[in-house]
Amino acid sequence: MDLLLSKLSTFGNALPGDITQGLIWGVLAIGVYLTYKILDFADLTVDGSLGLGGVVAVVLITNGVPVPVAMIIAFLAGCAAGLCTALLNTMLGIPGILAGILTQLALYSVYLDINGKANAPISIDKFPLVISSRYVTAGNEVIDIIRTVGTALIFVLLIIAALYWFFGTEYGMSIRSTGCNPAMSKAEGINTKVTTIITLSLSNGLVGLSGALLAQYQGFADVNMGRGAIVIGLAAVIIGMVLGEVILRKHFNFVGKLAFTAIGAIVYFVVLRIVMLIGLSTDNTKLFSALIVAIFLAVPYIQKSAKTSFRRAGKRSVSADASPTPEPVNAAGKEDK
Amino acid sequence: MLELINLRKAFNPGTINEKKALNGVSIKLEEGDFVTIIGGNGAGKSTTLNAIAGVWPVDEGAILINGQNVTGLSEHQRAKYIGRVFQDPMTGTAATMEIQENLALAARRGQKRSLRWGITRKEKEQYHELLKTLGLGLEDRMTSKVGLLSGGQRQALTLLMATLKKPQILLLDEHTAALDPKTAAKVLQLSDEIIAANHLTAMMVTHNMANAIEYGNRLIMMNDGRIIYDVKGEEKKHLTVDDLMKKFEEASGTTLNNDRMLLSKKG
Ligand SMILES: Nc1ncnc2c1ncn2[C@@H]1O[C@H](COP(=O)(O)OP(=O)(O)O)[C@@H](O)[C@H]1O
Ligand SMILES: [Mg+2]
Repeated sequence: MDLLLSKLSTFGNALPGDITQGLIWGVLAIGVYLTYKILDFADLTVDGSLGLGGVVAVVLITNGVPVPVAMIIAFLAGCAAGLCTALLNTMLGIPGILAGILTQLALYSVYLDINGKANAPISIDKFPLVISSRYVTAGNEVIDIIRTVGTALIFVLLIIAALYWFFGTEYGMSIRSTGCNPAMSKAEGINTKVTTIITLSLSNGLVGLSGALLAQYQGFADVNMGRGAIVIGLAAVIIGMVLGEVILRKHFNFVGKLAFTAIGAIVYFVVLRIVMLIGLSTDNTKLFSALIVAIFLAVPYIQKSAKTSFRRAGKRSVSADASPTPEPVNAAGKEDK
Repeated sequence: MLELINLRKAFNPGTINEKKALNGVSIKLEEGDFVTIIGGNGAGKSTTLNAIAGVWPVDEGAILINGQNVTGLSEHQRAKYIGRVFQDPMTGTAATMEIQENLALAARRGQKRSLRWGITRKEKEQYHELLKTLGLGLEDRMTSKVGLLSGGQRQALTLLMATLKKPQILLLDEHTAALDPKTAAKVLQLSDEIIAANHLTAMMVTHNMANAIEYGNRLIMMNDGRIIYDVKGEEKKHLTVDDLMKKFEEASGTTLNNDRMLLSKKG
């Protein structure tokens, strides 16, 4: 009983931090939504562009660049990473997944070139960071906790508003149609290479921004901070889609989808906290994320194949077999021309 | 209006799968011509339309639209001159987007896409009226996703989209072949009406010889990547399906090998 209470109190104390972290990763997840859901492009650049955004922000801020400017440059650095992947894919014909892997790998070196070493610390005591985990732990003033969660929330809301506008414009609509039907889009005069380039850049820009926020929040950037980020992003997107469909049903529109992607990220971190309180070790968190994504991606497939499986057809055929054997069909099964 | 000069195209050149799909296709269409195209399986009918649309570059020859050489323009650059309806109803529309959004996309064919709002209120009213003319009740479902529509509804919508911004040339590639006979007849009728009402220049591939005779003012027959028969005006009007079969045997030395075409001989 005591143990349960203490775990509950740990959970409660960690909740504001988990929500904030979820919102910061929500920015990344919204970026993943743009490529994975809208453009139908599985973009693995994300694992590299998160750390890139983080280290760019940290290095700039520690060198005296104002925090907002540093964050804008982190966004642009992410855009540049996305641009690389997009050019490898559209101009050089490298398959999307491989193009993302190549950029991601190169970005580990770029990170080290920028920072010289794996870890890049930044202290809230020395710099006016926009967000820090220092203010969401137990023992903080309520107002500080609200301010921290609120800051992350404002970023997410502004991004959703901007994307709602952008994807409602003529250009945004041409991106949506590119993802949905490239053949039709070309027939409608849309340069699908350019729409792909813009979307991948925008997506990774958001990931870079997420990295800049995350580095400030945790007080450092690390060359490995993006390892597996795409999986967490996908988990958020998928959890968000499932929740959104259940909760909003018919009203699950574009804004809802973006909002639920961020909510999906929060749910991910809260659930992660719960399984860790139950006993999952930190070493196994990546195993956990991979499992979540694998399960959510597999469910629709299993549901579908459960309906039309050979095993079932075989079973059905046994009862049909009990009736008089039908004449064997001729080998071709259809008439000759 | 449209001129094709000695078009040649080989697929997979230099491999054992090499296929010379176009072997010198030349034709000149006048403004307002409505050409029906027939021919056996693999005769190069779709390949001809794809060459015009710029799905890939041709190996040789020239494509002129309204006197302008478009041979070097890519598919999306040519799109402003061309309206298309495909055989597969899934191909011509964006399934996850609304009916009105699909129309708005098509209304901007060939225009620069800006950061203005993608669909205006005035447009919505215009689309409402336009959809009414189809008589399919789509005007009341303008915010429905196109993926929810039947094949026939999608083809009718694609037809509207292809002609919303008047194309220099309308390309229809067996666009009723995937529909049930009743719906196919309706969509074909609609195509004819739209072509007449807008004085469009059009090319229509069909496997139905009776349709090929009935519709349009000109008929061409293709075989082995060439145009083997070209007939228009009065002469075309008096053609019969048997004439066409005979012509085919004369010109190609074989019998027509289009199974679907044979099935629909009686039309
Ligand atoms: N993209 C392609 N790649 C390879 N071969 C193709 C391609 N498109 C058409 N072909 C081949 O070119 C020939 C003509 O095809 P097509 O124009 O589609 O015939 P149809 O007259 O029946 O429409 C066929 O042998 C077909 O297999
Ligand atoms: Mg064809």
